[in-house]
Amino acid sequence: MSTIAHTQKRGFAGTVWDYLTTVDHKKIAILYLLAGGFFFLVGGIEAMMIRIQLAVPNNDFVSAGLFNEIITMHGTTMIFLAAMPLLFAFMNAVMPLQIGARDVAFPFINALGFWLFFFGGLFLNLSWFLGGAPDAGWTSYASLSLASEGHGIDFYALGLQISGFGTLMGGINFLVTIINMRAPGMTYMRMPLFTWTTFVASALILFAFPPLTVGLFMLIFDRMFGSGFFDVAMGGNTIIWEHFFWIFGHPEVYILVLPAFGIFSEIFPTFARKRLFGYSSMVFATVLIGFLGFMVWAHHMFTTGLGPIANAIFAVATMAIAVPTGIKIFNWIMTIWGGSIQFTVPMLYAVAFIPSFVMGGVTGVMQAAAPADYQFHDTYFIVAHFHYVIVGGIVLGLLGGAHFYWPLMFGTMLSEKLGKITFVLFLVGFHLTFFIQHFLGLMGMPRRVWTFLPGQGLDAGNLISSIGAAFMAVGIIIMLVNVVITQKKNIQVGRDPWKDGRTLEWSIPSPAPFYNFKQLPLVRGLDPFWIEKMEGKTEMTPAEPIGDIHMPNNSFTPFVISLGLFIAAFGAMYQADEGKGWAIPVLIIGMIVTFGAMLYRSIKDDHGYHIHKEDLLDDAGKGGTH
Amino acid sequence: MAAEQKFTPQTWPESPEQATLEGKNKFLGFWFFLGGETVLFASLFATYLALKDSVPSDTHAKAADLFELPLVFLMTMLLLTSSLTSVFAMYHMKNYNFKKMQQWLFITVALGLAFLGCEIYEFNHYYHEYEHKFTSSAFGSAFYTLVGFHGGHVVFGLSWIIALMIRNAKRGLDLYNAPKFYLASLYWHFIDVVWVFIFTVVYLMGMVG
Repeated sequence: MSTIAHTQKRGFAGTVWDYLTTVDHKKIAILYLLAGGFFFLVGGIEAMMIRIQLAVPNNDFVSAGLFNEIITMHGTTMIFLAAMPLLFAFMNAVMPLQIGARDVAFPFINALGFWLFFFGGLFLNLSWFLGGAPDAGWTSYASLSLASEGHGIDFYALGLQISGFGTLMGGINFLVTIINMRAPGMTYMRMPLFTWTTFVASALILFAFPPLTVGLFMLIFDRMFGSGFFDVAMGGNTIIWEHFFWIFGHPEVYILVLPAFGIFSEIFPTFARKRLFGYSSMVFATVLIGFLGFMVWAHHMFTTGLGPIANAIFAVATMAIAVPTGIKIFNWIMTIWGGSIQFTVPMLYAVAFIPSFVMGGVTGVMQAAAPADYQFHDTYFIVAHFHYVIVGGIVLGLLGGAHFYWPLMFGTMLSEKLGKITFVLFLVGFHLTFFIQHFLGLMGMPRRVWTFLPGQGLDAGNLISSIGAAFMAVGIIIMLVNVVITQKKNIQVGRDPWKDGRTLEWSIPSPAPFYNFKQLPLVRGLDPFWIEKMEGKTEMTPAEPIGDIHMPNNSFTPFVISLGLFIAAFGAMYQADEGKGWAIPVLIIGMIVTFGAMLYRSIKDDHGYHIHKEDLLDDAGKGGTH
Repeated sequence: MAAEQKFTPQTWPESPEQATLEGKNKFLGFWFFLGGETVLFASLFATYLALKDSVPSDTHAKAADLFELPLVFLMTMLLLTSSLTSVFAMYHMKNYNFKKMQQWLFITVALGLAFLGCEIYEFNHYYHEYEHKFTSSAFGSAFYTLVGFHGGHVVFGLSWIIALMIRNAKRGLDLYNAPKFYLASLYWHFIDVVWVFIFTVVYLMGMVG
């Protein structure tokens, strides 16, 4: 009895402690959502400062040096600390339920991944208060980053290193979960598309993050420990950083956009009330995009001087990615075609995504033509392109996904009315901001530029762009109001709130009980819950009798392991300064904390506990809504 | 099968490292982890090859001046043998012979420590005899980073095996710790494979120019 009862009532401190020690994927999802949402707002404020500075010519809203810090932190924060964790939030909240699993494969490592990301992000953002943020751009090319004074770049390298470890662990956890933890009957070709995209994105994480790890280690060593990887005077080569950054950086784009594709692939069938068109070709296209994603990194380096043969190969490989992406676009359109469509907020985001993302894709193919790229390179055309892909693809996916999965995570439904206002403001603002930037770029406005002179034909375009950014900001503020109102009212909507849920996550109470499935469901085909509904049933057919359920214990160790690296990073950074004798001991203490906690984890037995059958039967009437 | 259950050699399952769901997950997850580690070392090898013999001036030692095959051959033999002894340890683990497993793991650790001793001597030698330092040239940075990362893995692997041996010394094998021993030995094999590549790419190719 105790196991279920003691999770119900606790004070504020108890709740905080519960979240600090949780290994439950649904709570870790909420942690990712909160932390990622916070960093999304921070990155958004930085974006607004950029657009205020560039609204009029010769502006001095921020100084040139501060501007460099803001653009660097905007990009770094949005990619590593907002988009990744927000997607991880949905992966954690949804994927295990979609495959009919009671838990992820490694609950402990799941928690560790979150805390590493969190402390890495915290460390990076502390740079604002400790002598200045990194200022070499989010790509941090070595020749710039080695020359950068102060500790800004050190914060970048160490912070991303810590959070990168966390991402890598998250990726391995998802891979093993999907392979080993599927419910009976859930074959690979019955897995929902969001699970498939999580799977492929996790594989990309596994193979793309180690090159970044190596690149960051070399940057750390060069800046803090006197090595010479990128220092030409010592025989080093600055291009090595560019290669490693983009061998990581290009797959990273697909790590972000594939799960967003997955979210849309769930939204379309639900609100068109039709099964996903061309399911197997969608799976094929996802895997192919993941594979090709590793073959194209040098298209970021066309102007580096790799030579015409390398440029030609990478140009062709890049253009090839348009093929599987096109397959996906047409499949989505065919899914909507002839459906019984409901324009809910998630569906609006999904429908708006198609043309927005296609525009980003088309400019991508334009840049893939290497000779043309010599003109586009480092102009606002590039800025327009990747914002069309990232905002038009990933952010629309995150916003649509937030509305779609909100009831799954919290049991409440965001207001459709406020949601539609946010949608209109955000979409209009997005196109207003970035469409005009294509033309600014073609007219020669370089990216990362602090200000511009009047009378060069850039004034009106930049002003329009800044007005658009304001629209997006207002849209996001209204969404925050929406969230606060919804959670304040706290009207629980219960199971299958959209009424047309097709997959397993909607077949159990929302939010799910902490053990997810009382009985593992029997999966009889693609869209298993829909199949049961078509046969007039309201619940899944169980694949097993009610029995004891094994659960993992909560643990504070992931927090401590991550905290140790956070402490050690300060030591590593300040030991490079003159007269800071305390830094080396701090580095050592931090490492002792981390490795000590790992040793503790290794030698202390942790068998978890069982929820007994009788307690599960007691829990039956309550619907498990805690 | 509960993880704490006691066994006899007769009831001990065929693949104890994968007999529980937890063990299965660890087994697969660790293989993925080694996949990531492979990319990590591939990146370090690429860096080393790009920066090999890349020194600021001719006064700095290059690969052909530094390496001496007898020592590296000894190190290779030590590590390869330790990989073999860890296979013996896992053979006894699968046959539920805890005592023999511990003995072979002890020999594995001893060989690993001997390897580490040689490596420390080697680095010390380069540092003092040839002024070949981490901070002296890009070549030095790349060399010590690649070989040092491997050395760091050896230290971690040894610490891991020793911790497991001490922790379980009194209670013997069960399905909770069998996957742990198995993964530690898998890690040890991986370290060995990386060394084979270091021996070839760094030392042999360094000797021939």
